[in-house]
Amino acid sequence: MSDIIKLTAAEIAEKIASGELTAVEVTEAHLARIEAVDEKVHAFLHVDREGALAQARAVDAKRERGEKLGPLAGVPLALKDIFTTEGVPTTVGSKILEGWIPPYDATVTKRLKDADVVILGKTNMDEFAMGSSTENSAYGPTGNPWDLTKIPGGSGGGSSAALAAFQAPLAIGTDTGGSIRQPAAVTGTVGVKPTYGGVSRYGMVAFSSSLDQGGPCARTVLDAALLHEVIAGHDPMDSTSIDAPVPAVVDAARNGSVQGMRVGVVKQFRGEGYQAGVVQRFDESVELLKELGAEIVELDCPSFDLALSAYYLIAPSECSSNLARFDGLRYGLRTGDDGTHSAEEVTSLTREAGFGPEVKRRVMLGTYALSSGYYDAYYGSAQKVRTLIKQEFERAFEQVDVIVSPTTPTTAFPIGERADDPMAMYLADLCTIPTNLAGNAAMSLPCGLAPEDDLPVGLQIIAPAMKDDRLYKVGAAVEAAFVEKWGHPLIEEAPSL
Amino acid sequence: MPGITREEVAHLARLARLELKPEELDHFAGQLDDIIGAVARVSEVADQDVPPTSHPLPLTNVMRPDEVRPSLTPEQALSGAPAQEQQRFKVPQILGEE
Amino acid sequence: MTTTTDLVSYEDALASYDPVMGLEVHVELGTKTKMFCGCSTALGADPNTQTCPVCLGMPGALPVVNATGVESAIKIGLALNCEIAEWCRFARKNYFYPDMPKNFQTSQYDEPIAFDGYLDVQLEDGETFRVQIERAHMEEDTGKSTHVGGATGRIHGASHSLLDYNRAGIPLIEIVTKPIEGAGERAPEVARAYVRELRELIRALGVSEARMEMGQMRCDVNLSLRPNGTERFGTRSETKNVNSLRSVERAARFEIQRHAAVLSGGGTIIQETRHFHEDTGSTTSGRVKEEAEDYRYFPEPDLVPVAPSREWVEEIRSNLPELPLVRRNRLREEWGISGNDMQSILNAGALDPIVATIDAGADAASARKWWMGELARSANESGKALDELAITPVQVARVAELVTKGDLNDKLARQVILGVLAGEGTPDEVVDKRGLKVVSDEGALTTAVEEAIAGNPAIADKIRGGKVAAAGALVGAVMKATRGQADAARVKELILEKLGVAEG
Ligand SMILES: [Mg+2]
Ligand SMILES: [Zn+2]
Repeated sequence: MSDIIKLTAAEIAEKIASGELTAVEVTEAHLARIEAVDEKVHAFLHVDREGALAQARAVDAKRERGEKLGPLAGVPLALKDIFTTEGVPTTVGSKILEGWIPPYDATVTKRLKDADVVILGKTNMDEFAMGSSTENSAYGPTGNPWDLTKIPGGSGGGSSAALAAFQAPLAIGTDTGGSIRQPAAVTGTVGVKPTYGGVSRYGMVAFSSSLDQGGPCARTVLDAALLHEVIAGHDPMDSTSIDAPVPAVVDAARNGSVQGMRVGVVKQFRGEGYQAGVVQRFDESVELLKELGAEIVELDCPSFDLALSAYYLIAPSECSSNLARFDGLRYGLRTGDDGTHSAEEVTSLTREAGFGPEVKRRVMLGTYALSSGYYDAYYGSAQKVRTLIKQEFERAFEQVDVIVSPTTPTTAFPIGERADDPMAMYLADLCTIPTNLAGNAAMSLPCGLAPEDDLPVGLQIIAPAMKDDRLYKVGAAVEAAFVEKWGHPLIEEAPSL
Repeated sequence: MPGITREEVAHLARLARLELKPEELDHFAGQLDDIIGAVARVSEVADQDVPPTSHPLPLTNVMRPDEVRPSLTPEQALSGAPAQEQQRFKVPQILGEE
Repeated sequence: MTTTTDLVSYEDALASYDPVMGLEVHVELGTKTKMFCGCSTALGADPNTQTCPVCLGMPGALPVVNATGVESAIKIGLALNCEIAEWCRFARKNYFYPDMPKNFQTSQYDEPIAFDGYLDVQLEDGETFRVQIERAHMEEDTGKSTHVGGATGRIHGASHSLLDYNRAGIPLIEIVTKPIEGAGERAPEVARAYVRELRELIRALGVSEARMEMGQMRCDVNLSLRPNGTERFGTRSETKNVNSLRSVERAARFEIQRHAAVLSGGGTIIQETRHFHEDTGSTTSGRVKEEAEDYRYFPEPDLVPVAPSREWVEEIRSNLPELPLVRRNRLREEWGISGNDMQSILNAGALDPIVATIDAGADAASARKWWMGELARSANESGKALDELAITPVQVARVAELVTKGDLNDKLARQVILGVLAGEGTPDEVVDKRGLKVVSDEGALTTAVEEAIAGNPAIADKIRGGKVAAAGALVGAVMKATRGQADAARVKELILEKLGVAEG
């Protein structure tokens, strides 16, 4: 294994800026790694070899001309296949968009390009980001680099696996109910769901508009912060984008500390369904926070128990409408256009053939929840639950600076185990969903391996809206303390593939 | 809580434009019933005097000035079209209203 | 049309039933860009040249509200005496249709931007009828489909359809009335007058040209009948996309006759959409929906609420132009004319030309006289609207000026106008070319008057004897002698002067 791929994004950027490495060398090393292991991992749906090398060459040329390089110039990145990329296929993990080449770049894509980040390709995901295992991809599952028979989390399993398999030092994910944080947790990597509205959703194929949020994925807290700063900030193309300065996340990541902070532990985030090793590592993390100078505060948030139910009404409702545009008429798959079927029939045949079972299930669930006679009981009530959860977070943050919890109740489960048991699958997002409903910020970072299966456990840190910097301040302190305790970053314990 | 019948699933599939196969109707009827049964708990708060939250942010009045921005070229607009004719999207016969 | 529909006579229908109407009017706003994206709304562009990821409903694209669209909606709301919401949202109306790229329409549902207003409309006889407005809300237009392979572009029999999304996303304001009751036999007339008044209002506000023939304004006529003397509404039919004032009236009338025939034959009206046919003046049934439409409205999560500040609303209110009805009443008083006269002016489409002619310097009476007289006649003969005639208000004002100055008399002025209409040039050019000039040489006139008196001694005596009215005959003789180019009033003065008689 080349040493280049073991470097962090911050280190790579520094070496390119100093001339120790060229962007082309770095890109080639990662492309070679993808070539060597992706047959096993299947993190990528599309590798844009030529595009990546062209971007890398442009960075090297810039340096040669003496131009100032941005903080992530030349650093390779794996982009979740939910962001549109002009001229490069975008499938959202679905057959219905197979072969679609968008004529426009998402704002996130554009910002990455403007920052000279090298986009290696597009990563695998649960179809339309619906899932917690990446098994719902129409293009086959992704393996967890820690154990290829296990799921890498979802929906952004391709991005988390690419990081854990050293195919890229940076990746982008999206988080609707935990799709950045849960994959980070089960692959021993770092993932951040920024405050809703912090990162533009323009060009990010919508699953559930009021919950979706793009965010950074990396192997270290600092790398995540550097990427966060590149992609965040107001975008006039997204009406729900926050028009305020981006919290100083890089600064926070460079100055990690929990000294004197009040850290909340929510009673509802443990109990039945939580794996013993996960609870053990979480409790140790809380002890560590105390040792580092934090004050621990017990919190009671009773409405969190209704969060999963509210989520499984709101997200399907919005998705049933968001996915209506996939009708086989303007782009993507068309099925049944043989001269005997009407446009209406072709639409129904296309959607039947193009959507996988989880997508159909959620589209129908959402159609049901919004239909007349059921709206008040389901969608309407779910929105009331949302208000209660928001209020409980607000009350909590009057008492504490951040909240911590396990990211997900269990470590990575075997591929296939929950594939046709939606309710079991949905439990993976138990701890992550309340944050999406309330719109505030959260991070997952590794806090050890579960003793019973030697698989990574994630620690979730939750901060109030627009206080994303607190995640990095606390995360960096915890990360440093763990590295010191373990003698190395956790990811080094991952098998070499 | 009323169970979700096969007929209801068929109705939902029509609304959602999904040409489900017969075996899918049965399969989804069972699963949707399970899920709805589990999430119906939210109606516990139906009577509470709580305003609904449709959006996590308290933003209002996000608007843009009425200024023309470049459109796509028609080639770009039609680049993904499964079929096209006369610079228009070509679709099968529409059965809707005239 | 192969199917015939049973009708009862209009009078018989009204003898038994009371019509209740609801009118839904969609107005395309004249903004530069679409409601939710920056694509141009200019007319006549090549297909799919004014589209972008947003209005094509491409994956990942997001809407952003056009501020001018919102302002226009508030203007319309205020002009319709509505309340303006302090806080309202967009909603998604979910249904599949190939014209609609997202397969939902971004519209407003239970939170319209304007609600609870009214519009006073004037009927043919000048009577005022108040139409209550339920709401005015913002939404977006659909694309346009062309059906290929069938007869005359119809859906039926077409082999496929072609879609152009240039129009998709153009801002629409939908204005919905409350049930219009109490119009009785005048219901069709009220419908027409309402749509006309609304059109004038929209134009006066400058938010749209509201040209019905271009589809910039479209009306759905909902109509039901109930037995006279009863309260409960009957089942309604919805006649969609009626595209002219005349058709609005005819559609309402036809539906009254059709409903009456069904009801009096013991049948029941089915709630359905119907299509109006200009050629026959009749409606036919649209597709009968086997299942009730369920639009699954919910708040549009990609947009944030619109909360117009009271300051903004008041600023818009204070800048509203004079509204058509107010303006008409003011002009009627200024001109000292009756309600009937004003109605005739409106019916002739002469109001704006007359006002423009006055603005160009003519006095009100001459401006009215020319537009309602000679010009109305010409327009009628050529089947044109007044504003389509080849003469401008400035030119009409010039003709009036020449008359006032005594350079032309009415008869000559008419010839000048005909010359202008015939493309012979400006009024002054026509005067020159045709040599039309009042004989103002007093010497020549005096000679002609003296000759006329000498040639008609008996009449001259009558005038001397006090019968001033008899002077007309002598004036006629002088006009004849001068080939009409004398100023008749001056001629009369001279005759009376010569005969030593003081006028009246
Ligand atoms: Mg409408
Ligand atoms: Zn557009």
